[in-house]
Amino acid sequence: MLALYVPRASLLHRTPAGVKLLVLVVLGAVVFTVPTLPVAAGALAGVVLLGLLAGRLPAAVLVRQARAVAVWVVAIVAFHAVATDVLTGVTTGVRLLALVLAAAVVTATTRVTALVAVVEKVCAPLRLVGVRPARIGLAVAMALRFIPLVAERADRIREAQAARGGRVRGPRALVLLVVPLLVSVLQLAHTVGEALDARGADTA
Amino acid sequence: MKTRDLAYVALFAALTAVLGLLPAIPVSALPVPITAQTLGVMLAGAVLGAKRGFLALLLFLVLVAVGLPVLAGGRGGLSVFVGPSAGFLYSWPLGALVTGLLVELLWRRLNLVTALVATVVGGIGVVYAVGIPFISLYSDAPLSAAATGSLVFVPGDLVKAVIAAVLAVAVRRAYPVIERPRQEATRP
Repeated sequence: MLALYVPRASLLHRTPAGVKLLVLVVLGAVVFTVPTLPVAAGALAGVVLLGLLAGRLPAAVLVRQARAVAVWVVAIVAFHAVATDVLTGVTTGVRLLALVLAAAVVTATTRVTALVAVVEKVCAPLRLVGVRPARIGLAVAMALRFIPLVAERADRIREAQAARGGRVRGPRALVLLVVPLLVSVLQLAHTVGEALDARGADTA
Repeated sequence: MKTRDLAYVALFAALTAVLGLLPAIPVSALPVPITAQTLGVMLAGAVLGAKRGFLALLLFLVLVAVGLPVLAGGRGGLSVFVGPSAGFLYSWPLGALVTGLLVELLWRRLNLVTALVATVVGGIGVVYAVGIPFISLYSDAPLSAAATGSLVFVPGDLVKAVIAAVLAVAVRRAYPVIERPRQEATRP
């Protein structure tokens, strides 16, 4: 499955995932506690420079993310231009862009496995309430395997229904597809769980 | 938690991802097409129950956060957690939890109507109750403006709630995963 990670040899890629996440959290706290245009614009400029130079990311990665939230930026600026003043609107819009791009830079420069490791580490204290952090890794691995499996079974059911003729459209088609799909994949998950237990997953 | 339960949790996280791949259904008289992804929220709660449904959506958010493009439209990564609509994402595990609680409560008399109550309260009520104040706080706009902007999604969400209720009733008959508490207690 295609991840949003962009492989490059760069300083930012080598920085530990935990550090990058911490910086992201701090950045978020700063731009929200000091809601002024210079702070927001500085954060945006810093993030873009960091991503392009220290992360050696192609500009297209940042452009794609910016485009995804463009509707929000326009809506927020337009709303504030009418309701309060343009400056508040621009500040809020720039702040949004800075945060979204910062998060995109972290995602593009950090491997999925490194981030899963951070999740497991963060969840380590949950051991006290009986949660085994290794189970989180197992759940992530199972979900990743189930995504193509579920899609494949859905295709198979759709093909079988098409072979029997008749074509249903709209919400009803979704119901006719998902009921057999759910039963089929629930059985599958049940079997996978038992198979894992038979191989000692429950004691791991 | 049993490995089987963990597999169910992983399954519904995966199912929510796959629902995001389905082409959006265009609904006439609606400016935005509806995507099937929040159907995963209602289904996880209604089929797995409160605890496993909550964990399934939490796991789905982990998949999004670690950089997999599993949100509708191939989006993902940490950006979506800091954008103005992030409140809707955060609400998903809670929505599944509340849907699950209601379905567990109404399990013995689960029919289209009671299931619809569960999916509407959990899958729409909780999701909007978290998502709309988040937009308002994020964009410094009053609650009413954020709520008005979200109204366009209500018809689509109602359609999804009905679909989820139909599915919940059908799956309860075909492959019940939530067991009756009393039955569980008397088992040797």
